Amino acid sequence: MRIKTLAAALAAAGLLAAPAAFAQTEIQWWHSMSGQHNDKINEIAKGFNASQTEYKLMPVYKGSYPESMTAAIAAFRAGNPPHIVQVFEVGTATMMAAKGAIKPVTQLMKDAGEPFNPKAYLPAVTGYYTDNRGNMLSMPFNSSSAIFYINKDAFKKAGLDPNKPPKTWKEFAVAAGKLKASGQACAYTTGWPSWVHIENFSAWHNVPIGTKENGMAGIDTTFQINSPAHVKHVAMLADFAKNGWFTYSGRRQEGEDRFISGECGMLTSSSSAIGKIRKGAKFEFSAHFLPYHDDIKGAPQNSIIGGATLWVMSGKKAADYKGVAKFFSYLSRPEVQMDWHTSTGYVPITLAAYEMTKKSGYYEKNPGVDVAIHQLNNKAPTANSKGLRFGGFVQGREVFEEEMESVLQGKKPAKAAMDDAVKRGNVILRKFEAANK
Amino acid sequence: MEKRVVFRSAWLPYALLAPQIAVTLVFFFWPAGQAIWYSFQLQDAFGLKTQFVGLENFRALFNDPHYLASFRITALFSFLVAISGIAIALLLATMADRVIRGALAYRTLLIWPYAVAPAVAGVLWAFLFAPSIGIVTYVLKKNGVDWNWVLQGDQAMLLVVIASTWKQVSYNFLFFLAGLQSIPRSLIEAAAIDGAGPGRRFWTIVFPLLSPTTFFLLVVNIVYAFFDTFGVIDATTQGGPAGATQILVYKAYYDGVKAADLGGSSAQSAILMLIVIALTVVQFRFVERKVQY
Repeated sequence: MRIKTLAAALAAAGLLAAPAAFAQTEIQWWHSMSGQHNDKINEIAKGFNASQTEYKLMPVYKGSYPESMTAAIAAFRAGNPPHIVQVFEVGTATMMAAKGAIKPVTQLMKDAGEPFNPKAYLPAVTGYYTDNRGNMLSMPFNSSSAIFYINKDAFKKAGLDPNKPPKTWKEFAVAAGKLKASGQACAYTTGWPSWVHIENFSAWHNVPIGTKENGMAGIDTTFQINSPAHVKHVAMLADFAKNGWFTYSGRRQEGEDRFISGECGMLTSSSSAIGKIRKGAKFEFSAHFLPYHDDIKGAPQNSIIGGATLWVMSGKKAADYKGVAKFFSYLSRPEVQMDWHTSTGYVPITLAAYEMTKKSGYYEKNPGVDVAIHQLNNKAPTANSKGLRFGGFVQGREVFEEEMESVLQGKKPAKAAMDDAVKRGNVILRKFEAANK
Repeated sequence: MEKRVVFRSAWLPYALLAPQIAVTLVFFFWPAGQAIWYSFQLQDAFGLKTQFVGLENFRALFNDPHYLASFRITALFSFLVAISGIAIALLLATMADRVIRGALAYRTLLIWPYAVAPAVAGVLWAFLFAPSIGIVTYVLKKNGVDWNWVLQGDQAMLLVVIASTWKQVSYNFLFFLAGLQSIPRSLIEAAAIDGAGPGRRFWTIVFPLLSPTTFFLLVVNIVYAFFDTFGVIDATTQGGPAGATQILVYKAYYDGVKAADLGGSSAQSAILMLIVIALTVVQFRFVERKVQY
């Protein structure tokens, strides 16, 4: 009896579910956006689903950036990848090398007959994701840059002018000392240490991270982060740490929370933290360009992006790809982009969205949100500042961070650590080169 | 005449064993074999291109000073976790064994942490010791200790050892308590009458009689420290800072799963397999001889 009821219930459920499943093509989107950003993604999906009836976009949170990337790789190996996967900039080289596993966005749009103009997108963003024949391989989605935040209330308390944030690292040192002296538990902390202090530092000072245009001109690249400029910068950070001016918080965004709680007076981290800071901080803050060393020629140049893009996986039906292409067109609409940009702090990916936000007067009312855009476009990008593309950089960045940590611990001098970082990093690069010949 | 049940059929015993053998083959031997096969290969992340590279992955590993350091860290970590886990559990068990009133409540409470998943245990302790908001950090800072395990390797090691040990103490406690209760009272009373104090009674009677339990726990704890503490480390330090808590199994996971370097990770797994086989042999051949059953 019970089994019969159950069977009937199942049959009824099947009947109810079936028409919906047949009418719409489902598109899987794996992403790594948690918290507020996750809500926003669901909102975008809802908007797209409401805008048409043929396709149903299903966003799925798959854990951190490396986690969703490996999940997609594993799914590809098992023969059932998602349509779209969000991959962080560090994974770019790996994805690019995977010809046959990915469908380039330019190709996708052409096949689907969707209008598509790569020139409509911000060059600072697309440069990172375009191959050397000018094909855009992935769809820009959430791009940010490393910027500098100060707690204005803490500045006032320390007798500093809150409207004159330090521009150079020399001025920064003075401010850090004063903050510390005023009783601030932590004068300065950072999120994403390698991204801010090695990768963005290099672009900002126009020094190379690696040969072959930071790996963008070929996979036979080697790291160059043991240059005098890099060593000097890391040694300076270690000195700051010794003086109690710099508190190390970890390899991800842990530092952001210590700034929001008021514990730390200054922060360098992603521009995408601005929404969170605005919501959580019980003090006045402002966002600025990263400090620079005024004795390094050409600084400040321009900073580089972080964040992620959307990659389309191969092996799906042509009809599905039409849906993906439609979604990408929807995602690029200025109003969708402006909403994403203003609510998250990620930069708008199209020029039209930027112009629209500017015209709306948003930046006057919310100073700081456009800092990343200006910093990315501070000067025309050089070979050292248009981005980076290193194979196996998930491991490579980890090596950089390990070596920086050993300097901050006082276990290694900066020069030795940076030499080791280059040596260990190059082993990873050679392995990647051998695997992707 | 001895009565024995004998299978006369030639195939029935194998048929009865088949499910077990199938499970072992599919879930243990197959993956292990695949790991060994992968360890001789170089693959790109997506498995589109595969090359046979012989022992290249192993050569690269042994040329990497950080991999060698990982051995030292694993040895230290396992030693600390196994020894402190066993010592604390033994102390608690002897105490709990003497309690008469409310014994059940004590015992239940002491067994509780075992029900906590390793990752949860890790998060719990990480919270207590969190560099900026942890309650223990607060006390330590008041007493002038610069506590920041995010940067200080020794402190990070201490944290993962505490979290891993805390979880394992309950398990050890259970076995020790059972062991203690199976020791005949008369032996201890006889010693007491002969004038042996509590300390002497413990070291000359109780401890030797507990040696089978201790040996068993030593094996189990070392295996635990080698493999099961993965959750604790993943939830807290993730191998950092500067590789200070990167035990072998965590590095194998990181390289394989997060960094998509299957060849290198498989080579590490193969080495881990060898280590565990060696450890087990050593333990049963040499340590077990000292055990009095």
